[in-house]
Amino acid sequence: MAALHVRQAGPGVAVQDLGRTGFLSKGLTRGGAVDRLAVHEGAALLRQNPDLAVLEMVGTGGTFEATEDMRIALTGAEMTAHIDGAAVAWNASHALAKSSVLNIGPTRTGTYGYLHVGGGFDTKLMLGSRATHQSCGLGDLVTADDTLQVGADRGGDAGLTLPRDTRFDGGSIRIVPSMQTSDFAQETRESFEATTFRRDPRANRQGIRMDSDGDGFATPKALSIVSEVIVPGDIQITGDGTPFVLMAESQTTGGYPRIGTVLSCDLPRVAQAPAGAALRFQFVSLEEGAAIEARARAAWAALPKAVTPLVRDPATLQDLLSYQLIGGVVSATDAPLDKG
Amino acid sequence: MAQASNVHAMTTLSTYSPKVRSVGLDGVLVTFGDTATDEANRAAIAFRSAVDAQGWSEVSESSSTLVSAFFRIDLAEHRFEQLSDRLQSVLATRDWFAASLPEGRALWTVPAVFGGARAPQFDEAAEAAGLSKVDALRDLTSTRLRVLTLGFAPGQPYLGTLGDAWNIPRQKELTLNVPAGALVAAVRQICLFAKDTPTGWRHVGQSAFACFRPRGDTPFPLAPGDEIQFADISAVELSRIEDTVTNGSGGAIRTELA
Repeated sequence: MAALHVRQAGPGVAVQDLGRTGFLSKGLTRGGAVDRLAVHEGAALLRQNPDLAVLEMVGTGGTFEATEDMRIALTGAEMTAHIDGAAVAWNASHALAKSSVLNIGPTRTGTYGYLHVGGGFDTKLMLGSRATHQSCGLGDLVTADDTLQVGADRGGDAGLTLPRDTRFDGGSIRIVPSMQTSDFAQETRESFEATTFRRDPRANRQGIRMDSDGDGFATPKALSIVSEVIVPGDIQITGDGTPFVLMAESQTTGGYPRIGTVLSCDLPRVAQAPAGAALRFQFVSLEEGAAIEARARAAWAALPKAVTPLVRDPATLQDLLSYQLIGGVVSATDAPLDKG
Repeated sequence: MAQASNVHAMTTLSTYSPKVRSVGLDGVLVTFGDTATDEANRAAIAFRSAVDAQGWSEVSESSSTLVSAFFRIDLAEHRFEQLSDRLQSVLATRDWFAASLPEGRALWTVPAVFGGARAPQFDEAAEAAGLSKVDALRDLTSTRLRVLTLGFAPGQPYLGTLGDAWNIPRQKELTLNVPAGALVAAVRQICLFAKDTPTGWRHVGQSAFACFRPRGDTPFPLAPGDEIQFADISAVELSRIEDTVTNGSGGAIRTELA
């Protein structure tokens, strides 16, 4: 069976998939990859099922050696990537020959990078999923000397790419009203929408803190709110008025009021915003939200059609910055020797 | 720690009019009270069970919290108004505050140490409750507590409801690490910790009961509506259980509730 041998791994590398459902009543949240779009992109690049397990990498990746020929894909936050020392493109699939070494270095944009393999990672199923949920004792971070088994690959092309998405530098996030939105004063909701937030460095798979100047967004009703169900994307307002967007590994219930809920299709943008990136939240009605979400799902499902062969991608050029791309432009229609 | 403030003793059935609300595009919440009362919790458990029994295709899964039943429904695909109407019509079929709890629940007898080095805040909790140690121990071991909800950590029960005396506030300062299996008290509830946890609740007892057994056949032994009665044991007996019982049960005995 094919496997990736881990020579070295960054501090936040873990096997994830789309998570486990059916355990809300037991106090266990879905978990799984925080950027679900990246999981779908990887599946599209490898022409396989998005349910297959992937590696999620925060900050930096690691060094991996293939025990057999295999296909890989790289999605999500762009990281430096080399196969046997040669730079390879992000957001693309590649052949990784037996004994080749894949090195994934620091993040260039965004926060969460993903490594996919043809056939998916075949780690042990835990409660119906391969998703690592560390705080619950389900799975462990990937560390040096681990061997990650790879499932049977139905085979297919490598050297494919997808257009780069824009979700890696913050931006506008659509939210729908939720169960406690009306517990916030109208002016608090308006000021929340009008505020440009900065993603705080304090962020993890449970939640992401949003910073802003000003008084915060507290509601006096917070003190009397009974602990209530949490869904991914809920924006809870803590006692001092600070918003936290709750992510894949949040608790199943919480006592802080929720001002709104980020649409699932916009959650990857929140997840990928690097520390300091500007984010704004915009309310849409439940009906509009449903329509936006339905369109996004159709687009995610159509990703395989957007895959194109990887040709002359500048990202494959080693040391891109050393190329002189601006000055000395040679025009096809202008013969420079004619001048002067 | 989950909030469960404003617990009131109520002698009459609630006149609260249940609320049906959307939760993001992820589901519908039916709430039976503004405060964490025993009957709101019973109503939530009974209502969830009744809707589950109808097997709606739109419902992917359901859960219950202290005062609400939650139905996970994809609201990008199903209109909230329609689901809300259907839930309202189920609500109208009866007085859910008077509903009996669903069948198939279990009674657990869980051995635990109260006080001493293994449960160092028992004395101070008794004092905060205005009870002698004897009376406090009697309350904690003679009251059949119901699993109000599971949450905060997988499989972790919030148990209620103790008498009014136990409406003791959480401490302002967190205790940095209370071990798994601990019984902690606040706001008329006991929480039985699934894992080591910093908390503002007071550490009154210690069991060897594992609330989450990810590698066993029954990863989540407890369900909302189950009942727990604690049996007072010595620290020596707890050590013996810890050394000899390896299946996570901590020496607890499960019986079906008729």
